[in-house]
Amino acid sequence: MTAVEDPTSSVDLPPAKEVGQARRRKEDARLITGKTTWTDNMVLPGMLHLAVLRSPVAHGRITHLDVSAAKERPNVVAVYTGADLAEEQGSLPCAWPVTPDMVNPGHPSIAVEQVNHVGEAVAVVVARSRTAAADALEAIDVDYEPLPVVLDMEQAVQEGSPLVHDHTTSNTSYHFVFDAGEAGTGSDTEQAFADAQVVVSRRFVQQRLIPAFMEPRSVVVQPSGDNYTMWSATQIPHILRVMAAMVTGIPEHKLRVIAPDVGGGFGGKLQVNPEEILCLLIARRLGKPVKWTETRGESLMTAHHGRDQVQFIDVAADRDGTVKGLRVRLLADMGAYLRLITPGVPALGAFMFPGIYKFPAYRFECDGVFTNKVPTDAYRGAGRPEATFAIERIMDELAVELGMDPLEVRRKNWINAEEFPFTTVAGLEYDSGDYHQATEQALELLGYDELRAEQKRRRESGDPVQLGIGFSTFTEMCGLAPSRVLGSLAFGAGGWEQASIRMLPTGKVEVVTGSTPHGQGHETAWSQIVADQLGVPFEDVEVLHGDTAISSRGLDTYGSRSLVVGGTAVVKAAEKVVEKARVIAAHLLEANADDLEFTGGKFTVRGTPGAGVGIQEVALAIFAAHDYPEGVEPTIDAEATFDPENFSFPHGTHICAMEIDTETGFAKIRKYACVDDVGTIVNPLIVEGQVHGGLAQGIAQAMYEEAIYDAEGNLTTGSFVDYLVPAASDLPHFDTGNTVHAATSNPLGAKGVGEAGCIASTPAVVNAALDAVRHLGVTDIRMPLTPERVWRAIHQGGDGGDRAAAGSNAQGATAGETAAASTDPSSSGGHL
Amino acid sequence: MTQINVRVDGASYTDDVEPRTLLVHYLREQLGKVGTVVGCDTSNCGACTVHLDGQAVKSCTVFAVQADGCQVTTIEGVATGEGDSATLHPVQRAFHEMHGLQCGFCTPGMIMASIDLLKENPDPSDEEVREGIEGNLCRCTGYQNIVRAVRQAAAEMSGKAADDPQAEPAAVDTAAAEHVAVQA
Repeated sequence: MTAVEDPTSSVDLPPAKEVGQARRRKEDARLITGKTTWTDNMVLPGMLHLAVLRSPVAHGRITHLDVSAAKERPNVVAVYTGADLAEEQGSLPCAWPVTPDMVNPGHPSIAVEQVNHVGEAVAVVVARSRTAAADALEAIDVDYEPLPVVLDMEQAVQEGSPLVHDHTTSNTSYHFVFDAGEAGTGSDTEQAFADAQVVVSRRFVQQRLIPAFMEPRSVVVQPSGDNYTMWSATQIPHILRVMAAMVTGIPEHKLRVIAPDVGGGFGGKLQVNPEEILCLLIARRLGKPVKWTETRGESLMTAHHGRDQVQFIDVAADRDGTVKGLRVRLLADMGAYLRLITPGVPALGAFMFPGIYKFPAYRFECDGVFTNKVPTDAYRGAGRPEATFAIERIMDELAVELGMDPLEVRRKNWINAEEFPFTTVAGLEYDSGDYHQATEQALELLGYDELRAEQKRRRESGDPVQLGIGFSTFTEMCGLAPSRVLGSLAFGAGGWEQASIRMLPTGKVEVVTGSTPHGQGHETAWSQIVADQLGVPFEDVEVLHGDTAISSRGLDTYGSRSLVVGGTAVVKAAEKVVEKARVIAAHLLEANADDLEFTGGKFTVRGTPGAGVGIQEVALAIFAAHDYPEGVEPTIDAEATFDPENFSFPHGTHICAMEIDTETGFAKIRKYACVDDVGTIVNPLIVEGQVHGGLAQGIAQAMYEEAIYDAEGNLTTGSFVDYLVPAASDLPHFDTGNTVHAATSNPLGAKGVGEAGCIASTPAVVNAALDAVRHLGVTDIRMPLTPERVWRAIHQGGDGGDRAAAGSNAQGATAGETAAASTDPSSSGGHL
Repeated sequence: MTQINVRVDGASYTDDVEPRTLLVHYLREQLGKVGTVVGCDTSNCGACTVHLDGQAVKSCTVFAVQADGCQVTTIEGVATGEGDSATLHPVQRAFHEMHGLQCGFCTPGMIMASIDLLKENPDPSDEEVREGIEGNLCRCTGYQNIVRAVRQAAAEMSGKAADDPQAEPAAVDTAAAEHVAVQA
C-alpha cells in the first residue's frame, strides 16, 4: 500500500493489490436500480403459464382425477395429469447413494397413483396467463383414498409402522456407519466408553427448517426445434443441465440452462425441481415457451426443507475434562422422497461431529427415514450445522457435569495451533488455525469479563431478567470437494471447478467461471483476483457465469466452494495466460522468455531498463497475429480446471450474551461477538456480509424458525405469517472479527465463508440461553427458543416442549411425549 | 375490465385492468416495470414496496384500480437522469457503498421503504432504522449493513458526514493481502 504514497514516483510501479481491498460490488449497479434479470421477469412471444394443482393430503391414493372441466376454462391450452406424463417423466435424480443398499423409492415429478406429501403435484394447467392457469385449478376434481400418515421418525422406524412407500419393506432408506476404530483413524469406541470416568448423553432435536430464499423459484423453457433453453432460478445450472437431460432423455447438447440473476439460494436452489422437469416436458409437448413461477405458499410447502434430525450423542471423558470418546446416532428425516443430495446431508455431517476436539475414539450411525413430508436436502451448512450444534451443546453439558468452565473444557481438548496439520478421529486433515487466538479475540470483542460480572449481579439479586453467555468454538469443512474423496463417499459427481480467461483485442478481460453466484459477489471478487494476477485494472475485467452455453463446464455454487475451488481455477487460468503471453512478449521484445519479468501487468527484460510490453498490448498483438513465434497458437486465452486435494477448514469462536426474561420467557440477544478464520480474505466487505447473513440464519434456527406439520401432515407454517424469517428488529448488532491462517489446499489460501456464521451461531445462542436459566433447573430448551418454550422450561420443567397451538411437534409427537422423551438418556446403549 | 390512468416513474399510462389485479402485477405484467418484484403472497416481505403519491406501500396490498389517478414511483424511477449519466438516489448509493445487499431481490423494496423512512425521520438511530424497515425481509445480509446504509444516506441527505463509527464499511484486512503476496 506504500507504493502509491508519492504520486510522482508511482508511474512505473504496479497498481495497488486488489486482493484484500473492500471493493464495492460490481453487481450492485443493476440490483439497486431494478435493472435485473430475474427469471420471472422473462417474457417470450407466445409464452404459456403453468399452474400446479397440489395434494391437500399427506398420504393417499388418487382414486379419481377429472380435468375435463378445467380444459374447458377460457384461455386454458392444456391440462396434464401424472398419468399423461408417466411414460416420459422418469425419476428425479438422487446423486448421493450413501450406502450400496440405500433404498430409493423413486421420485416422480408429478404423482401418478399415490401422493406422499402435502403439496405434491397432481395436475398442471397450461394457460395464456398466470391468472387463467390459477383460476382453472379449481375446476379440477380429485378424490383421494387416505393412507396412514407417517410423521414421527422415532415411530416410523419401529417394527410395524405404516409405510410411506408400500413397495419398500421399512421406512428406513439407509443405515450409514462411520466407525473410527474400523476406519483406522481412532481407537475402539465401546472400549473408550467402558473405560471412561464420565459419560454424558443427550438427545437433541434439530427442527425442520425452510431455506426461504427471497426470490421464489421460477422456470422458463423455450423450445426451438429440438433444442431447449431453460432459464431457472437455480444455484446449479450445470448440474441441472446434465440431470434434466438424463431424466427427460433430451440429449445434453440440445439443452442449454441459464441461471440469470438469482435471488438467494442457501442450498434451497441446489436441486433438480419437479417443476423444472414438468416445464421441459410440457414445452416439448406443446412446442411453445412455458413459464412457472411459484407463490411463496408453494415455495414454503414444496421446495425442499432442511435439517430435521433427532440426535443421540454421548461423550466419554475423564474427571479432569479430557474427552475419551464420542458416539453419535442420528435419525435424519428424508421426507417422502430422496432428492438431489437428501441422503448425503447427514452423512456429510458425520465427519464434523468431533469438531475441534481431540477425541481418540468416535462412532457415527445414521438412519435416513422416510416420512410423509416434503423432502429435506441442503440448507446452508448441510450436515455441518447439525454436527456443530450437537458437539458444542454437549461440550457445555460435559462442563456442567464436571463443574468446569465451558471454555476450560474446550481449551483442554481442542487442537493446539502448533499441531496443524492435524488428522482428526474422523480421518480429516485440518489445514490450519489457532483456536486460542480466535477465542481470546472474541472474548475481548464481547467484553466478556464485564458481562460475567453483570450475570453474577443479576443472579444474586434475583433479577427477573437473567443473563447468560454461550460459546461455540467451531470448525467446518469447506471447499467441496476433492473429487476422489467424493468418489469414495459414493457421490455422483466430482468436486472440481473450471475457469477460462479470454483476452480481448482491446486488452479487456473476460473471465468465465463455472461457479454460479446468486448473491455472493463473484463478479467483484473474481475481478479482484484477475486484476492482481494479470496486472490489469479491476474495471477491465468482466466475469461471465451461469449459462451453460457460455460457461460450458462447471459444478456451481454450494458448500462454501466458490472462492476456494472456483477462485483457484481462475488463478490457474490466469497463470496460463501469463505463461502464454510471456512467449509472445519475448518474441516482441526480441528477448529470451526466461529473461522476462512480469509485474504489474507488464513484461520487462531483466537488466534492460525501459524495454517492456504490457499484457494488454500482447492481447492486441496476438489478435492481429501479424508477428508471433513459429509453432505457437495465436492466442493467449487459457482455461484451467482445479480439483482440490483437501477440504479447507474455517474455524472461529462465537460468543452470545443472552437476556432471558424469566417472567415472560422472552429471549433477547444482548450482544453477539465472533471471530472467524476463513483464511485469506479477498474482499473484507463481502466476507463480513457473508458472516452477517449466516449469523442471521443460524440465530433464526435457535430463536425463530420451525417448519411445523400438524398431525395430518399439513404444513402449518406455510406462509411468512407463520414461518418466522427474522426482520431487522428481531436481530442484534453483530461484532465480527477475523484471524487469518491461510488454507493450505489452494494458492489463494481461502477457506470459504458462506456457511460459517450459520454453522457456528446456533449452539452459541442456545448455550447462552441455558447459561441464563440453568440455575433455575433448566437443562435443555428445544429450538426455536420461543417465549412460550422458554417460559415452560423455566416454570414447568422439561425442554419447553412444543407449541401448544400446533398439537404436535415437528416430529408429530404430542407435547407430553416430547417432554418424556427429552428426559430419557441417549439410546446408543452401553452407558455408565 | 376497468380503465385506470396512472403516472409511473414520470410517464402517464392508460390501461384496462381486471378489478382484482394487484398494483404489483399491473406494474410487472402490463407496464414491464419488472424492477419491482413479488416475494410473498401475504404482504410480509415488502419486496414489492413502491411509493404511491409519495408514500411507501406494499404494491401487493393495493389494487391497480386504487392507483387510478395516482403517481407511482418504483425503484426504476428514483435515480435522476438517464443512462450512464443518471444520478443515483443517496439511498441507492449508500446501499452500494455499505454493502447493504447481496442477492438484491429484497433491495428494491428495501430502498423504497428506506427512502420513506428517512422522509419521516431524517436522522434515525440504529434501533429506529431496524423498526422502520421491519416490514421488509432480507434473507442475505442479516440487516446490519442495511442499517449502516440507511444511516449513511441519512447523513448524506442532511449534509453532514456520518459521525457514528458503526456507519463505516468493513475495515480492510491487509494482513490477508500480504499473505497472498507471499504465496504468489
